[in-house]
Amino acid sequence: MTRFRRRRDRIRRTVAIAWWTCCLVLSCVFLFPLAMVAMTVVKTPAEAVASPPTYLPRQLSFDNFKELWQAGLGMDTYLGNSIKVSLLTVVMTVILATLAGYGLAKLPFKGSNAVFMALLAPMMVPVQVLLTPLYLVLLRLHLSNSLVGLACVYTMSQIPLGVFVMRNAFASIPNEIEEAAWIDGCSLVRAAQSVSLRLATPGLATVALFAFFTSWNEFLAALILLNSDDHYTVPVLLQNLITGRFGTIDWGMLQVGVLVTSLPCIIVFLILQRYYVEGLLAGSVKS
Amino acid sequence: MARRRRLVGLALTLPAVVFVGVFFFAPLVTMGWMSLHDWPLVGRTKWVGLGNYKDLVTDSSFLHSLGLSLLFVLVATPLSVLLGLALAVLVQKNRTGAGVFRSVFFLPMVIGFAAAAYIWLWLLNPDVGHVNQILGDLGLMDKPILWLAHTGTALVAAVSLFVWKNVGFSMLLLMGGLQSIPDEIREAAAIDGAGRMRTFGSITLPMMRRTIALVLVFSTVGSVLVFEPFYILTRGGPGNSTTGVVQWVFSTSFFNFDLGYGAAASLVLLALLVFFSAFQLRAMRDES
Repeated sequence: MTRFRRRRDRIRRTVAIAWWTCCLVLSCVFLFPLAMVAMTVVKTPAEAVASPPTYLPRQLSFDNFKELWQAGLGMDTYLGNSIKVSLLTVVMTVILATLAGYGLAKLPFKGSNAVFMALLAPMMVPVQVLLTPLYLVLLRLHLSNSLVGLACVYTMSQIPLGVFVMRNAFASIPNEIEEAAWIDGCSLVRAAQSVSLRLATPGLATVALFAFFTSWNEFLAALILLNSDDHYTVPVLLQNLITGRFGTIDWGMLQVGVLVTSLPCIIVFLILQRYYVEGLLAGSVKS
Repeated sequence: MARRRRLVGLALTLPAVVFVGVFFFAPLVTMGWMSLHDWPLVGRTKWVGLGNYKDLVTDSSFLHSLGLSLLFVLVATPLSVLLGLALAVLVQKNRTGAGVFRSVFFLPMVIGFAAAAYIWLWLLNPDVGHVNQILGDLGLMDKPILWLAHTGTALVAAVSLFVWKNVGFSMLLLMGGLQSIPDEIREAAAIDGAGRMRTFGSITLPMMRRTIALVLVFSTVGSVLVFEPFYILTRGGPGNSTTGVVQWVFSTSFFNFDLGYGAAASLVLLALLVFFSAFQLRAMRDES
C-alpha cells in the first residue's frame, strides 16, 4: 500500500514539474518581446541602434526618453491628444450607456426591444469597414480632423457592449430595492442614483475600461480621420516617427514610444483585470 | 405614472439612439449610396449603378487582397484556436500559479495592435533585431534573414504577431468552455475505462463544440480585418503582395480618392462578415 502511494506521489510530482516547466517556458516566450522593449528603452541611443544588438544595456541612459519628448511638436501634445480622446470617449460612453441601459431595463416602453437590437447593431459592423462614409459624415458635421469627432466614432463603437452590459446590470437589481427607497421618501432620480447606480458599479467599470482600451490603442481610424500634426494621437505619432526620416529609424526612441502607449494599458489591466475579462465574456459569449 | 415612466424610459434611451443613428446608421446608408456612384473626394459625383461592383469582380488587385486576407485567416485562425486550446487545458484548473500564467498569456491582448506591430518591426529587423541574433547565436541561421522583404516570411511575421496578441482571448473563451463541463462526466468516462486522451477526444471536445465554433468565428473576423501588422510591417509590399483587403479599401479611398469604389469593396467585405456573424448567431441560438 505504501509502495503504491509512493509511486502515486512520484507521478504527481513529475506532472507538477512538467506543468511548471511548460508554463514558465511559455511565459518567457510571451514576455520576451516586452522584456526586450524594457531593456532597450534604457540603453543609450547609440547602443539602441547597435548591430548586432546587445541583450542587456551596457550603460543606463534616459536619452531615448528625452529624444521622444522633443519629437515633432513635443510628446506632451500627442499624449495630451490621446488622453483627451480617451477621456471623452470614456465619459460619453459611460453616460450614454448608463442612461440607455437604465431606460431599457427599468422603464421599458413600446418598441424598447427593437431599440435595444438597433443599439447592438454596430457590434456586427467593425469601424474599419465604415471609415469612408464616417469621414464624410464628420466632414458635414464640421468634426473632421477633430479629436471630438474621433471620440464620437470610438463612442459609437463602444455603445453596443456598453448598453448590453449596463442593461443587464440594472435588470439584475430587483425593482423592490428602488421602490423601497421611494417609499422612504427618495425621489425617482435620487432612488436611481443612490441605489441602482451604486449596485451597477462593476458593470460601469467594465464599460469604462473597454472604452479606454479601444480609444487609447486604436490606430486606423485615427490615421484616417486626423490629418494635422497637432491632432495626432500617440499611435499615429509612432507611425510618423518611422516614416518621417528617410530610411533611418531611431529604434531607441520608437521603443520608448511603444512603452508609453502600452504601459498604461498593462497597469490598468493588471489592477482591473476582473472587469476586463467579464466584459470580454459579455461581449462575446453571452450576447 | 405608468405613462410618465414609459416617457422617461424613452427619453433616457434617446441620446444613445441619436448617437448610433448619426455615427452608425447614417454612414451605413451613405456607404450603400456611395457604392453606386463614381465618388471622388472633391468634385462632382456621378451615378454608375452597379458599375463599381462589376469592376470589383474583375479587379485583380482587389481579388488579390481578398485572397491574401483569406490566406491569412486560413493560417492564423487554426493556429490561434489550437494554441488557445492547449493553453486553456494548461491553466484551466485553479492550482497555484495558474492565475498568474493566465494573466501572462492574456497580457499581449491589452497592448494596441499598432504598438505590437512596432515591436515586431524592430525584433525582426536584420540589423538591430533580436530574432536574427538569437537564431545566429543558436547556429540555426547561416546568413541574415530579411523577414519583411519576402512575401512568405512577411506572412510568417504577421501570423506570429496575430497569434501572440490574440491567443490569450481564445484561451479565455475555451477555458470557460472547459470549466463548464461537470467533472462527473469525465469521471464517469474514466470509470468506464477511457484514458485521458480518449476522454478529451470523445467527450470534452464534442461538448465544447459551440465554444470552439464561437472562437473560430471571432478569430476569423478578427483576422480578416487585420490591418496594422501588414501596414506597419511591410506597407503591403513587396509589390502589393501583402496588401490585405482592409488596406486595399484604405488606399483606394484615401490615396486614389476613389471613395465610391472603396465603399463598394467595404460592402462586399461587410457581406462576408455578416455571413460569419450569422453563423455565430446561429451557434449561440442553439445554446439557449
